[in-house]
Amino acid sequence: MDELLKLLQTNALESPENLARMLGVTAADVSARIVDYEKKGVIRGYQAILNEDQLGLDKVTAVIEVKVTPQREGGFDTIAQRISRFPEVSSAYLMSGTYDLLLFVEGRTLREVASFVSERLSPLEGVLSTSTHFMLKTYKRFGVLMQRESSDERLSVSP
Amino acid sequence: MNASASLLSRLNTTVRDIPRSGIRDFFDIVSTMKDVISLGIGEPDFDTPWHVRESTVFALERGATHYTSNFGYLDLRRALARYVRNVFGAEYNPENEILITVGVSEALDLALRALLNPGDEVLYHEPCYVSYRATILFAAGVPVAVETKPNNGFRLTRAMLEAKVTPRTKVLMLNFPNNPTGAIMSGADLADIAAFACERDLIVITDEIYGELTYDAPHTSIVSLPGLRDRTVFLHGFSKAWAMTGFRLGYACGPAELIEAMMKIHQYTMLCASSLSQKAALEALARPEIDIAEMVNEYRRRRNYVAGAFSDLGLDCHRPLGAFYAFPSVRRFGLSSRDFALRLLHEERVAVVPGTAFGPCGEGFVRCAYATSLENIKEAVKRIQRFISKPLTS
Ligand SMILES: Cc1ncc(COP(=O)(O)O)c(C=O)c1O
Repeated sequence: MDELLKLLQTNALESPENLARMLGVTAADVSARIVDYEKKGVIRGYQAILNEDQLGLDKVTAVIEVKVTPQREGGFDTIAQRISRFPEVSSAYLMSGTYDLLLFVEGRTLREVASFVSERLSPLEGVLSTSTHFMLKTYKRFGVLMQRESSDERLSVSP
Repeated sequence: MNASASLLSRLNTTVRDIPRSGIRDFFDIVSTMKDVISLGIGEPDFDTPWHVRESTVFALERGATHYTSNFGYLDLRRALARYVRNVFGAEYNPENEILITVGVSEALDLALRALLNPGDEVLYHEPCYVSYRATILFAAGVPVAVETKPNNGFRLTRAMLEAKVTPRTKVLMLNFPNNPTGAIMSGADLADIAAFACERDLIVITDEIYGELTYDAPHTSIVSLPGLRDRTVFLHGFSKAWAMTGFRLGYACGPAELIEAMMKIHQYTMLCASSLSQKAALEALARPEIDIAEMVNEYRRRRNYVAGAFSDLGLDCHRPLGAFYAFPSVRRFGLSSRDFALRLLHEERVAVVPGTAFGPCGEGFVRCAYATSLENIKEAVKRIQRFISKPLTS
């Protein structure tokens, strides 16, 4: 993968000047490449990674395994895209193994998520069955540990 | 006579006369201060790879808590023989040509003690790692420093050695990639030095602890050159490339007679390196390409950043090619290295190490380690800029 993308994945807020310096290219080149990636849709957006547990939000997240029948035309894509359009669905993946789609669904309460599953998801044509698991605690998201490692234990000057 | 004076007079005179490391001094000052950004730390800021830590816990649970062979676990020595062959290009028999030690520090001490008779001269290049001179003196050797200079990127040349070699010279010590300069050797200079060592029949001790950490050109080990394997002690360890400083694990590879001699000292003084650290090292060798590549990429980006920023500041700095140190000249500010470092510390709370900690010829330079986060590096550069834009007369 392009080194530039790797750097943006760890800190998307880094200035083009600093990125350029680390990569040994010009800032103009970095900016042009970023615009190009955005245009091509390789970069789809920028987000902060939150430790939501710390915010005490009224929010529950469920991980839902879904079995579906692939459609005659469009295979899994048609049904998967239809499901992905619900704003409650924050992530959706096609999986190998004992079920087909894996969804991350967010709601304010358990009841809200439950009603999404029973009233919106399950009745969809092509959905055979669902299995819902509620998330209890987050240890790591997007490669970032939610509990900070202890601060630098190194001596402040060493040989 | 008061008690402490009489004790002092009874100390071994070599030990008594060697000063404490300049680094230690500086640490004592820095550790009393708050909010310091340190570019003074000579160890990786990365965590030891998790699979290594996890398997160390497992080894502890399984009871790997006993003495090991004096040489170290045989399976570790076998893995090291493969690693050293693949990466550094020399063959060693794991049965009797590899010794596991408590860091490169112990290995260096063993090699010198195994080789030197009182008065034997040791050629080494300065600026260099803080222990070299003292370790030679403790082994009753005579340290003979050869100065390297920024005008050729702090590389060592045959001509520099020719000027200092005598009939009493027995050992040549090398450390590339270098602490504190970040220098590496060119292939041509290395070949010249190898030929010099053969002609003068010198034993070479090569400390390649930063061997994996190069950013533009790969490192070549002197042991891989013709005729060198049989007159060289190759030293390496896990501290830097794997970020395992606290595990205290290193190793020496060399001809069987030399390793046997080193093993005797190790056997009677150390017995063996920590069993847990040896288990950790074995795990570290499971996938070195992956563990090290990520860290090297990150160091390279920081090196690029530091080199670019220093040149923008007008700091005179040769391009660091390895290890994780930049060694800029601060001569034009009219302060000694130590005063520059002390004032930078007190006025802007940035710690760098005065070049004189690495030998007298380090005067006029400071060592800046980029083994710290880019955030810290950026802030440090900003503070250094503010510091040097003021008039700095003493
Ligand atoms: C050149 C050099 N050799 C040896 C050492 C010590 O290594 P170890 O941790 O393996 O004892 C260091 C540590 O800073 C070093 O820079």
